[in-house]
Amino acid sequence: MSQRIRELLMKLLFLLCACVSVAAVVMICAFIFVNGVPAIAEIGLFKFLGGLRWEPSKEIFGILPMIVGSIYVTAGAVLVGVPVGILTAVFLVKYCPDKLYRLIKPAIELLAGIPSIVYGFFGLVVIVPLVQRLGGGSGKGILSASLMLGIMILPTIINTTEAALRAVPENFYEGSLALGATKERSIFRVVLPAANSGVLAGIILGVGRAIGETMAVVMVAGNQTVIPSSVFGGVRTLTANIVLEMSYAAGLHRGALIGTAVVLFVFILIINLCFSAVKRRGDK
Amino acid sequence: MKTLTAKLRKSGSPIMRGLIYLAAALTVGVMLFITAYILVKGIPNLTPELFAWEYNSSNVSMLPAIINTVIVTFCTLLIAVPIGICSAVFLAEYAKRGSRLVSLIRVTNETLAGIPSIVYGLFGYLAFVITPGRSYSLLAGALTLTIMVLPTIVRTTEESLIAVPDSYREGSFGLGAGKLRTVFRIIIPTAMPGILSGVILSIGRIVGETAALIFTAGTLAEVPKGIFSSVRTLAVHMYCLMNEGLYTEQAYATAVVLLVLAAIINWVSNFAAKKLSKR
Repeated sequence: MSQRIRELLMKLLFLLCACVSVAAVVMICAFIFVNGVPAIAEIGLFKFLGGLRWEPSKEIFGILPMIVGSIYVTAGAVLVGVPVGILTAVFLVKYCPDKLYRLIKPAIELLAGIPSIVYGFFGLVVIVPLVQRLGGGSGKGILSASLMLGIMILPTIINTTEAALRAVPENFYEGSLALGATKERSIFRVVLPAANSGVLAGIILGVGRAIGETMAVVMVAGNQTVIPSSVFGGVRTLTANIVLEMSYAAGLHRGALIGTAVVLFVFILIINLCFSAVKRRGDK
Repeated sequence: MKTLTAKLRKSGSPIMRGLIYLAAALTVGVMLFITAYILVKGIPNLTPELFAWEYNSSNVSMLPAIINTVIVTFCTLLIAVPIGICSAVFLAEYAKRGSRLVSLIRVTNETLAGIPSIVYGLFGYLAFVITPGRSYSLLAGALTLTIMVLPTIVRTTEESLIAVPDSYREGSFGLGAGKLRTVFRIIIPTAMPGILSGVILSIGRIVGETAALIFTAGTLAEVPKGIFSSVRTLAVHMYCLMNEGLYTEQAYATAVVLLVLAAIINWVSNFAAKKLSKR
């Protein structure tokens, strides 16, 4: 009898622990939205989302430059990271000799494990001076941030694409070869299209990582609150806006920063929804 | 015309092959360059003063930050690992597949995994610092990081529990063991290497985390007196050094330590995972 009670109690405990993540999501939503939405309402939704000027000292809070900034650097990161990542995954699956694979794979995993602050530092001391020589100015801006984020999302893209490519049945590839197609044509016309939902899921994950990256971007993006006119122009992302000003903000200013997090959170939720939709389609 | 397109097709292949090799070389090259650059620039800066017991603005010692990192990691794992493992046990062993609760838990775990660390930082600041009316503390930092690493631990543990063959369970039941006994004596020990590799991955995330900690655990460069003191982990220490702009050499040195830590953590995690697959 006592054993049965113990079994039941432990089952309840397991259930309780499993619900911690549900509670955590509810709490995060509650705290961010309860603190952020009233501030957005006070500023006015359209003034907040569509405002071009961010001047906390004058109580002007428009985050359009930051939204555009986040989109620019994320798009840049995708342009840099996705082609290189997909081609590298193709190399790993179809071209790489076993011995080399055992060297490259851990290297890619290390690339994923390097802390973002170290990437930021690397970007500051290597990429920024390089871009500065190329385009003048401070060197901090969209191009530097895109290059760095592109490197940072590489491991995500490579790992998911590799898994997707390996999941494609080998006879697709062999069938194409047998029909006389070259190796490259078989890969790009048969194997990759068959793996496309996995590849797409990887790209979405990469986008999520790029849009949420904070510490590395703060170091290299320049952080000006204007919509830039060229790829060398400085930008401030949504994440950077929060981390730069949170430590001294108070009142409506703090509310506006939490409102920035609300916008970021909504972006992430949309990305997550796309991810699970793509994954579900892939599972079918 | 037809022969032209055919020719183009044929000549396209070597170009694509070239691009594939180029991309792979680029990836490996970038990785080698980053590590080599940081090691070459950083190792000469690893002076003994950087490891002095007390931090002050002339020696900018990273030793307190290293000790703090260990403490923060330990506290976070102390909360996150039991919850994570129990949660995974529920999902893998008890829950009915496809029930509404299970899919809700899955969705929330995926959501948690996608939330950027700055949002965690902001949440931790509001929930564990502002609302209780406290200042930055070790506890606030550890609680924030717990929620952050929970999905990693749950996912890896669940995967390794599912990988345990059903014959183990049937054998245990056949010998008359109850469900609970089977879980703790048979399934979890068998899945241990996989669970460990997930825990080590989480350690990597904790060690490298900055954005979630500056507004929760703060930036005080001292060994904490209790769970309510502010602490500065190594990654946050590096951020502070860079922000002050005067300590580039020391930042290089800190980057070396972080990089070496990341490499060790990766290696140990892989080692544990390999041990699981061999079995």
